[in-house]
Amino acid sequence: MDEKIVLLTIVGMTLVTYIPRVAPVLALASRSLPEPLIRWLSFVPTAVLSAMLFPSLLLKDASFDFSQENVFLWAAIPAFLLAWRTKSFFGTVALGMGLVAAGRYFFG
Amino acid sequence: MTTDVMEKRTAQSSPLVAAFKHASPIIMGYVPVGAAFGVLAHKTGLSMLSTVLMSLMVFAGSAQLIAVAMFAAGMPPLSIIATTFVVNLRHLLMSASLAPNLRSWKKWEMAIFGYEITDESFAVHSARFSNGDTSKSVSILTNMIAHASWCVASWVGFMTGAAIPDIKPLGLDYALPAMFIALLSMQVKNGLHVFVAGFTGMTAIVLIQAGADQWSVILATLIGATFGAGVESWMKK
Repeated sequence: MDEKIVLLTIVGMTLVTYIPRVAPVLALASRSLPEPLIRWLSFVPTAVLSAMLFPSLLLKDASFDFSQENVFLWAAIPAFLLAWRTKSFFGTVALGMGLVAAGRYFFG
Repeated sequence: MTTDVMEKRTAQSSPLVAAFKHASPIIMGYVPVGAAFGVLAHKTGLSMLSTVLMSLMVFAGSAQLIAVAMFAAGMPPLSIIATTFVVNLRHLLMSASLAPNLRSWKKWEMAIFGYEITDESFAVHSARFSNGDTSKSVSILTNMIAHASWCVASWVGFMTGAAIPDIKPLGLDYALPAMFIALLSMQVKNGLHVFVAGFTGMTAIVLIQAGADQWSVILATLIGATFGAGVESWMKK
């Protein structure tokens, strides 16, 4: 892989990540964002996470996969329950990876 | 009265000790994800410099894991940067929500604090601030300790990457979906959010099936957030 392109991509990623992180802190010292924008932004986290998560659980090569081999999907159910009940970031990641590893060992 | 006593006690203990205390749950979350990122970066063929530099400069778990996957798939840099932007746009809201607590800070202190706003540090700081603990040194130190642990975890992951022939038996490729599950569970506040989650997820799937792989996350997010905001405005009338 071309190191120069990777480094330039990292610089670009840094800029587009830093601006949304710091602009509101610097700009909102005394005023707040317009109400419709706040409302729209309040749905962005839910929307972006779902847009990334659901295809990774349900699709394989752009087709739905509900087979027993789709460990990503089946591991998600207990992981969701644990995340919802405990709000534990570490616990959810550990359980999810553990279940996928176990699923592949026993059924893979 | 009791909050007065608690505030005094917090102020008396060393800022570094307090920062380590606040950073510890963040570190617990970062270690598995950071290590998974390091291993995957190694498998994708990224150099150690690029791997650690990405953790130091970008400091955003989901975006870094997605970037590695996109590098592996040979996607163009511009598309990686655009996806990073959309994936990290949620920090805008977190930053806006923390901002009122930083009014007495200097601009450069805000600039340092803003650099290290992540999903996890946001959760910790919003809890602290609402308890009246707005100590500047503790805030910034907590972020720096957490950031350092993220870089170290990525580096350790990269170093062990060579010793791990295949990541699949360890389930390391599930770090990102599992992280999304945890973050989504924390974001979903009511029935409308559940509905928006399902709607956006299906929109992304339809877009992928229509062949819009590279832009599916961006487009589905714009459609999903607009849909949610529209429904909420309509319900309030």
